[in-house]
Order: sequence, then structure tokens, then C-alpha cells
Amino acid sequence: MIRLEEIDRVFEVGDQRVHALNDINLHVEPGEYLSIMGPSGSGKSTLLNVLGLLDRPTSGHYFLSGSDVTSLSEDALARTRRSDIGFVFQFFHLVPRLTAAENIELPLMLDGIAPAERKPRVDEVLDALDIRDRAHHRPDQLSGGQRQRVAIARATIMKPAILLADEPTGNLDQASGKEVIDTLERLNASGITLLIVTHDQQLGDRARRYVKMVDGCIVTDQTRG
Amino acid sequence: MHTRDFIRLTGSSIIMHRLRSFLTSLGIAIGIAAVVLLTSIGEGIHQFVLAEFSQFGTNIVAINPGRVTTHGVAVGVFGTDRPLAMADADALVRIPHVRAVVPVVQGNSEVDGNNRQRRATVYGVGPEMPTTFSLTVAAGTFLPLDNPDAPRALAVLGSKVRDELFGNANPLGNRIRVGGDRYRVVGTMESKGQVLGVDLDDSVFIPTARALDMFNREGLMEIDVLYRESASASEVVAGIKRVLTARHGKEDFTITTQEQMLDVLGNVLDILTFAVGALGSISLLVGSVGIVTIMTISVTERTGEIGLLRALGSTRQQILKLFLGEAVILGALGGIAGLLLGVGGAQMLTLAVPALPVHTPVSYVVFAVILAVVIGLIAGVMPARRAATMDPVEALRAE
Ligand SMILES: Nc1ncnc2c1ncn2[C@@H]1O[C@H](COP(=O)(O)OP(=O)(O)OP(=O)(O)O)[C@@H](O)[C@H]1O
Ligand SMILES: [Mg+2]
Repeated sequence: MIRLEEIDRVFEVGDQRVHALNDINLHVEPGEYLSIMGPSGSGKSTLLNVLGLLDRPTSGHYFLSGSDVTSLSEDALARTRRSDIGFVFQFFHLVPRLTAAENIELPLMLDGIAPAERKPRVDEVLDALDIRDRAHHRPDQLSGGQRQRVAIARATIMKPAILLADEPTGNLDQASGKEVIDTLERLNASGITLLIVTHDQQLGDRARRYVKMVDGCIVTDQTRG
Repeated sequence: MHTRDFIRLTGSSIIMHRLRSFLTSLGIAIGIAAVVLLTSIGEGIHQFVLAEFSQFGTNIVAINPGRVTTHGVAVGVFGTDRPLAMADADALVRIPHVRAVVPVVQGNSEVDGNNRQRRATVYGVGPEMPTTFSLTVAAGTFLPLDNPDAPRALAVLGSKVRDELFGNANPLGNRIRVGGDRYRVVGTMESKGQVLGVDLDDSVFIPTARALDMFNREGLMEIDVLYRESASASEVVAGIKRVLTARHGKEDFTITTQEQMLDVLGNVLDILTFAVGALGSISLLVGSVGIVTIMTISVTERTGEIGLLRALGSTRQQILKLFLGEAVILGALGGIAGLLLGVGGAQMLTLAVPALPVHTPVSYVVFAVILAVVIGLIAGVMPARRAATMDPVEALRAE
């Protein structure tokens, strides 16, 4: 599903070069569940951005479902993001002036899907994530956990193959964090490939495969029985 | 993206910042209102002046002595030209399509009658004067057809002269003195009011030959020719040129058609309308700067949202359109509001100052709204481009 070969990502700030990703090689099979951990500044978010096609590597190759996406055009990248990849962020990133249902609908709108066709799909994810009664509330009327579930609903409405979550519980209390993780794991159980970046060891230990990064390099990559 | 979703996304942003959107649109509204109002006044004056001009009818050709060159110098001042004579006027009657010919001499003189005195404009004209200039006789008759070289001493009074000299008494048959000579009043004219500063009511009309004598003039000041509506002005002008050139041996006269005069006048008035419109556009410029400012702020505030949309798979072009759309809506809202303000203001002005001619043509209305939309579009380009070219990773980090 995902194959990274000798990926480098170098940021140049003034005359300084920051090697955020340093010779990353990574294979991920469909349906896998990965947790990515490591100290602050080790390149976890940068890795996720490259995987999510938001950022281009400085060198190396990225194969997604067999095809090289490293050299795709800006528009082709946008289309691939839309159909194949879902993002969940630490700070939810909901559009404050839209209702929960409209936030969830956004990817469908961007894809030009007809309103009549959208309704059942939105209802489906609202039910799956247990936020149906919040459908017409705006983000500021929702709790943190509910907001993150709306964000997850939005990330999954296009039925992407991959779900990328950058510290999805980083902004939540213990209980809501647990709920969110349960939700993500349920999605993984139904087939989605799940990559979670986290600082929480307990959380990191739940994933079947555990990746540790230090200074832009993968130092540990182990799969538990 | 469907149009409905597009409107929902841009519209919700405008509604969320109601006050800000209102003030931004207000800037455009004031500009459009100023343009609409000022051009309405300009256009009103335009129509008013043209209507005043065509009051005398539009199928008139005027012939003046002396050749006006392209530099506007009448060569006649050097004295080599023959004056326009009564016989010239007579000759013009036989030109095809000509309905009437009026030889004109004009001057000022003391008019005495009924033991009262008044200084008035004296027109030496022919019997066809009322037909040619759409004037109406109120009582009696106009100057009758007479021997043009030795006409009887008859006079027709303009309405003001009649009122001043005779009041309510009937002037017909009375004797008056014009410049020392005695005339018998045969008719009075209906009031025409002031037309472009010329007051035909404060006038006395006498036969041309007598006026020539009285003012001691060698030739006519002008010959006016009325032609049939079915004929073209150029055809008539060509005929006049042929006849007069043959009589004078050269082209020592100037022909001006009413059409030409209206054209020139129309052009001048168009420039006037355009100039006041341009004046109003200055406030539009200020309004468009408002849109640029607000859209720039909006893009900065919504950096996170832009990053999110990119992560969800929107193309740069979609982002560009969203922000351009917002600027266009702000412009269009301002345009429509400005139009209502401007047209409303024009109506109020008509009510408050009925003497001031105001006219708003539909084409200006359409143009104003299109202008507002285009201004929104142009003002939106810079901020929208900034939004579209943002790096998604940077944008997402912005919260
Ligand atoms: N746009 C950028 N310009 C310059 N340097 C950057 C940029 N983005 C990231 N970096 C640098 O790259 C390195 C990796 O950053 P990254 O955000 O991936 O770390 P992280 O592992 O996600 O850290 P954290 O746990 O704090 O989120 C850091 O040293 C960071 O300063
Ligand atoms: Mg990070």
C-alpha cells in the first residue's frame, strides 16, 4: 500500500539546513495499524505530511498503491488526497461557521457530489460515530471529543484507504481521548490503514506495529505478535 | 463544486462577519451611488439641452455669410465676400425638398405703442417664420406674403412685448413705432418661453427688407431653410451649395445643419456626463481598496481553514475561486445597494428640485452593477492568489 524509499526532507532556514527526514524507508500493508512516536522535533509530523501528500520529499520515492506519486502534479495530488487519504489533526480544524454535518460534507462538496447523494452518506457516518444528534450544532457548541469525532467523520466520509492522525488525543481529556482511540481502532478493524502519531506511550503500545523516530530517522520498527 | 455549495461556503463567511461585510459593501455602494447619481444628472442635462434645441424642429439648415474654414476663421471679415441678399433667399425656394425659406436680420430697438415704451429684439423675417421654427400665432395673422423688396409696414408682437405695451387691450390694428418707423400690428405670437437663453417672447417681428433698412445693413445675417422630413440633410445642403455658389461665383457662405449642431452638442454633453461619472469613480476606487483590505484580513484569519481545505483535497483553483467569489459578492452587494441609493437619490432630487433635469438610463444601471462586480473581482485577485498559493503544511500549522 505505502512504500517509502530513501525519503529525505530537508528544510533550509537561512543558511541552516534541517534534515527533518533522513533516509526513511517504510512499507505499510493495507489494513495495518501503526503508531509513530519519538521526541519533539524528530520529524513525525513531517513524515505524516509527506505520507498525506501535503508535503513533497526533497529526494527519494513514494509509491502509493503501486504508483509513484513523488512527481504528480499539484492537482493530481489534491485529487489523491481527496479520495485516498483522511487526516485527523490535534486541533480538530473544523470550520467554525459550518454545522457538524456541513463540516463532514466538505470533502463531498469539494468533490462535486450532488447534494441528494450526500445526505445518506453523511447520515451513515453520523450514526457510525454516534454524533447524529449533534449534526446541526456548530463546532463551538460541541465538546472536544465530539469535535474530534466530527473531524474523524469528515476524514472517513470519502472512504479513504489511509487515515493519518497527528496526535488526535493531544488536545483531549483522558475519557474523550479513549473514545476517539476506540473510534479510530474500530475504523481500522473494518479495514482502513491507520497511522497515529502520539506522545502517549500507553497509546503507542496499543498499535500492532510501533515505529520510533529520532532526529529524522526511524530507529525502531517492530510488529508485535 | 456545485454552485449551491459555493454560495454556502462564501455566503456563510460574509454572513458571519456581517458588520465587516456591510461596511465593505457600503464603500462600494457609496461609489456606485455617486456614479449613478452624477451620471443621471449629466444625462438629464444632456437630454434637457437637446430637447430645448430641437424645440425649433430638427429639419433646419442655417446659412451664414462668410466662409468658416476648419480653423474657425470667417474669411468674410476681409470683405471679399458678397453679402447674402434677399434674392439669394428667393432662389433657395426652388431647391428640391425645401419647404420654406426665412431670411433673417436681427437687432435691438426701441418699440413705442399705446403710449408705452420697451426695448426689444427686432427680427426681420419672412412670412414662413412660424412654419420653420414651430411657432404659433396667438391672435391675428403672421406677416403676410408680400412683395419681399417693398413690403408693407406690418408687425407681429411677441407675447411679452404685447403684455408690456398693451396689457389686456387688443393690440391688433394698433400703430406702433419701431426704431422711429410706424408699423401696424397684424398679429401676436404665443409664448414660447426662454429657449437656450433666447427670449422670442420679448421680440417684434417685421418684414426682412424693412429691418435691413432700419439697421442699415448690406446683407442678411442668416437664411434658414426648412426641408421635408423625408429628405436627407446632405441632399438639401448640396442643393443650397450649388445654387448659392452659382450666384456668388464662389463658396463664400457657411451652411450649418441642425443635425451637425445636435451632434456637436451631443458630443460635448457626453464628455460632461463622462467627466462627472469619472468623478464618482474616485469613491469607487476607495471602496475597492476596502475590499482588498478586508479580503486580505480574511485570508490571514482563515489560514487554518485554507490548510484544512487543501488537506481535504481542494485544488488551488478551488481556493482561488472561493475567495474571488467572496470579493465579487461583496462588490455585487455594494453595487446593488449603491444602485438603489443612486436611483432613489435621483428620484428624490427630481421631487426636491423639479427644475433640475435627472435621467437614469437603464444601460447605466446595468453598467454600474457590472462595474461593481468587476471591481470586486479585481480587488479580490491579490488576496485570493495569496490564499491559493499558500503552502498547506504552513497553513495548517497556523493555529
Ligand atoms: N517549515 C519548516 N521550516 C523549517 N524547519 C521545519 C519546518 N517544518 C519542520 N521543521 C523542522 O523539522 C523538524 C521536524 O519537525 P516535525 O514537526 O516533523 O517534528 P515532530 O516530530 O512532529 O515534533 P512534535 O512532536 O513537536 O510535533 C524540526 O526540527 C522542525 O524544526
Ligand atoms: Mg508534530
